[in-house]
Amino acid sequence: MLELAPLGWYLALSAVLFAIGVVGVLVRRNLIVIFMSVELMLNAVNLTFVALARSMGSTDGQVIVFFVMAVAAAEAAVGLAIMLQLYRGRETINADEVTTLRW
Amino acid sequence: MGIEVAIAAAKAGFILFLALQVMGLGVFFERKVSAVIQDRIGANRASILGFAGLGLVNTLVADPIKFLLKEDIRPAGADRLLHTLAPVLSVLPALAAFAVMPFGDVLELEGRTINLQAAALNVGILYVLAMASLGVYGVVLAGWASNSRWSLLGGIRGSAQMISYEIAMGLALIGVVLTYDTLDLQEMARRQGELVWGWLPAWGVLYQPLAFVVFLVAGIAESKRIPFDLPESESELVSGYFTEYSGAKHLMFMMADFVEVVLVAALAATLFFGGWQVPWLGREGFAFPWGGQVPLPSIAVAALQVTAFMVKVILLTFFQIVVRWTLPRFRYDQLMRLGWKGLLPLALANVVLTAAVLLVTGSAP
Amino acid sequence: MIVPLFAVLALLTVAASLVVVLHTNPVYSALGLVATLFLLAVFFVALDAHMVAALQIIVYAGAIVVLFLFVIMLLNLQVEARAMAPAPLVVVAAAGGLLLGGLVLAAVLREPELPTAAVGPGYGGTEALAERLFTAYTLPFELTSVLLLVAIVGAVVLGKKRMP
Repeated sequence: MLELAPLGWYLALSAVLFAIGVVGVLVRRNLIVIFMSVELMLNAVNLTFVALARSMGSTDGQVIVFFVMAVAAAEAAVGLAIMLQLYRGRETINADEVTTLRW
Repeated sequence: MGIEVAIAAAKAGFILFLALQVMGLGVFFERKVSAVIQDRIGANRASILGFAGLGLVNTLVADPIKFLLKEDIRPAGADRLLHTLAPVLSVLPALAAFAVMPFGDVLELEGRTINLQAAALNVGILYVLAMASLGVYGVVLAGWASNSRWSLLGGIRGSAQMISYEIAMGLALIGVVLTYDTLDLQEMARRQGELVWGWLPAWGVLYQPLAFVVFLVAGIAESKRIPFDLPESESELVSGYFTEYSGAKHLMFMMADFVEVVLVAALAATLFFGGWQVPWLGREGFAFPWGGQVPLPSIAVAALQVTAFMVKVILLTFFQIVVRWTLPRFRYDQLMRLGWKGLLPLALANVVLTAAVLLVTGSAP
Repeated sequence: MIVPLFAVLALLTVAASLVVVLHTNPVYSALGLVATLFLLAVFFVALDAHMVAALQIIVYAGAIVVLFLFVIMLLNLQVEARAMAPAPLVVVAAAGGLLLGGLVLAAVLREPELPTAAVGPGYGGTEALAERLFTAYTLPFELTSVLLLVAIVGAVVLGKKRMP
């Protein structure tokens, strides 16, 4: 089919997306946006898997992407339910204000 | 290279043209059929130079002009970008899903065999499901961005309804995929030309009647038509999630509604009624089971197939419109109960049953 | 014509992910995530992974992010006053991100021409994926279904309101 660029560039894009996700997790205070940055990191890894699977001509990489998607769905459901409970208890989901477990 | 691009563009333009024409026809039917069902005449006053065309001019010329010329109201406190983005996100996926609709078999032109389908994806049905799931965003954003409680309620109800019935729709499609052994819509349409017992075309509705019923109900619920139109119920929520929309954006939401009606009709026609199949019409012409043969040129065959497709789509659109004006509305909890406790188990049972039958009999048609 | 297309799409993807991370309104972050996921699906199609691309849109962009949007709407999250960490942490995090990204980029771009294996016509389609999934990866498949069941039960239990 259509090969847009040398496969190494896909890995480069994935690296950039992963780094942006890491910065998002560290910098943002809103728990939901932190969660979305984690999803961004997972997707960067998906891109790496698919690019390398194409490079090796094997479908195993795509199967791993399938599992990553399923796990991300499960994690999103439970994580958002936890955030709902947190909001009901404390009226906030700002990471700076839920610090009871900090030393 | 250039001729390939031109052919692809022509196919895409043609199927879009088809979809929009049937949509316009659907809008006209809606006014006139509702009038006939309710024992009245319907809109027929607007006319151009005395030609009123039974209300065609009113519905297809006067109404759009009225919508486009109305003032575009945006409520105070509404998010400007999201308010404008929502109708776009409603219409675009519905129109984009037509890319995989096959509208004919092949056209043989100057030694070139053109597959009459705008995008020949080998995961065609999944693409349609993907576009259906993207349609949820229009509803969610419309409800949220309007900064009004009726819109928010309508938006939440609408999106919950859409994601619930997507599941039933997808599971119903699995039965069809199992029967025809492919995800590509063009391949499915082709397989439905094979004859069972020597004379009966192997249409989907023969093999999967339960899947057909589940799919049609789920499709009507996806497009939020009556009897499932609680998100936009006129008597309860003003207009639900598009309360705060006027003018061209309101027209876009209504257009999205009718495009989805045509999409459900086209999908049902392709999956369950053979799509472009005319019974006993092959690529070279008619081949009747009792022995008669009528050879036809490729252009005539293609024209017959496109006509057959359009007829089926128009009939199914007509059916959805009649259903809309006949049945009362479901209450929201009844609606959710039907989706999760009624259609979902039925669709699952259909999948298990289909798989069992295929295992016993050995293979597909 | 091919490489500029990749460059444009890649720039759009990076811009969308920056919207996710930097915009103060959580709804816009969610929409940025949808755009990123959609563009990644386009890349998956370019890499011949059609089934995974369709799954990406159906599952990720069409369900998971809708869930995010629901929660944002339910909690009525507005633009926050303190959306980002204090400035020193932002600087350190940005420096760290640049370092991480830069290191991986340097490693990858030293030799961008990866070997491209020739693949048959069924590559990345449903049958190839299913064949791998149900033969070599059956155990992870079954475990994933148990995981999803656990997640459903957990989400329902956690999401319920406590009866007074």
